[in-house]
Amino acid sequence: VGCRRPELEIFTGANTIRHKPLVLLTGVIILQILLLAVQIRRDSQGRLIRVWTVGAVSPFQRASATGVGSVRGVWNHYFALQNTSRENERLRHENDTLKLQINQLESKAAEADRLAALLNFRQSHQTIPMLGARVIGSGADSNSQTVYLDRGERDGIHRNMAVITPDGVVGKIVESYRDTSQVLLLTDKDSGVGAMLAESRIQSPVGGDGEPLLAMKYVANDDTVAIGERVVTSGMDRIFPRDIPVGTVAQIKPGNPFKQIRIKPAANLERLEEVIVLLSLQPLDLKKDAGTAAATAAAAAQPVKTQKP
Amino acid sequence: MNDTFDIRVAEAHIEVHKFRGGAIVAAALLALLLQASVPVYIPKFSVLDLPLLVTIYFGLSRRHPTTGLLLGMVIGLLQDSLSGPTVPLGLYGIAKTVIGYLASSIGARLDTEHPAARFALTIIFFGLHQGIIVLTRRLLLAQPEPWFTMHMCIAAVVNAVAAVLLFMLMDRLRKD
Repeated sequence: VGCRRPELEIFTGANTIRHKPLVLLTGVIILQILLLAVQIRRDSQGRLIRVWTVGAVSPFQRASATGVGSVRGVWNHYFALQNTSRENERLRHENDTLKLQINQLESKAAEADRLAALLNFRQSHQTIPMLGARVIGSGADSNSQTVYLDRGERDGIHRNMAVITPDGVVGKIVESYRDTSQVLLLTDKDSGVGAMLAESRIQSPVGGDGEPLLAMKYVANDDTVAIGERVVTSGMDRIFPRDIPVGTVAQIKPGNPFKQIRIKPAANLERLEEVIVLLSLQPLDLKKDAGTAAATAAAAAQPVKTQKP
Repeated sequence: MNDTFDIRVAEAHIEVHKFRGGAIVAAALLALLLQASVPVYIPKFSVLDLPLLVTIYFGLSRRHPTTGLLLGMVIGLLQDSLSGPTVPLGLYGIAKTVIGYLASSIGARLDTEHPAARFALTIIFFGLHQGIIVLTRRLLLAQPEPWFTMHMCIAAVVNAVAAVLLFMLMDRLRKD
């Protein structure tokens, strides 16, 4: 206590020292503005520093994801067993209900076409190479909706590859590093997917605006849309195959000149744990795939490049 | 002892605090790591801006404008690097550079140890931080961003409450 710092001279009237931090502040801000300008002009994301930073942080994210998974596993398998008997009873009841539902489904001839289409859809996707990946982190700001995966270039992941879950569309790869990749979620305001209404086949892109619900922007007021109608991918963006679920219509408001339609995402984008990356940058044509699907299924000789994380 | 200093400004005694070796770097990196990891498990956590709180705390405590602005710049650029593709490098860098400079400048003139002062300053700095980001987006990136939202208002209060608790915890890192 009692020492004086050189900075005390700021109060002695020495102008150069008084303004030194201010000059530095101005210089640093100008440098960063130039940095912003360079990125905008060249459309470069400053890749090198991003690679370094993500490379430094992702091992910790991976470790924390593993740690949380281990603790959760130990808790679920050893400490949280007191409800097992009750859950077993509930599952039996659920199983009985499901059996009943299956019987009902099998008795409905009208459902046969839909089941056949679903079967075709599944078979068509057997030819698409895909890779399972685990979500290990999220973007460090609340403005952009991104997550990091534990798979990267070494696993064959590249920019613009589609990311889905069994429930529906998640987003696309926007950056791929050595062992990590970054996914832009469908809810991000810069995100979008070619989509169409499943019943009427009306096409319109669906995008995010940072909110939990998505927006379907270009459906004319004359077109008929119902609440709860399914929205699927159209394949027009040449990233996602056709007929992957995007979501369901949650809100419809008249607008000028287009309806304001809000879509509830089919995939739970707020709680993603594992996703599937479609390892293809070629346009994926469902019809073409479906045509060959029967032969493929019959031969059962085509290996599907599917890995689990 | 050289651990703390007294600066006589007008009639007030303002202490300049020093921290344990590596404490500033460790706290900044931990804040960035938590900011990039916890929202995966707790989505609501993203309302907190831990890198901003760390910048404010060390700015107010160190009371050295040069250190404050450089620390703010580094933390901001690292946050930019860990953010999505819609965040170009420099966006948070500029905002946190200014906040680091202002926090350390104000810290050198006012006593900022009282929780009420920390609460009020965090709300002001959070608002200013958001203002700079919106201004940068509108002027330099031509992205239409709203100046004020209710979410922003709630986030300012939540961050201020978190700052009061976090700053008390971080006081233990001081060399006293």
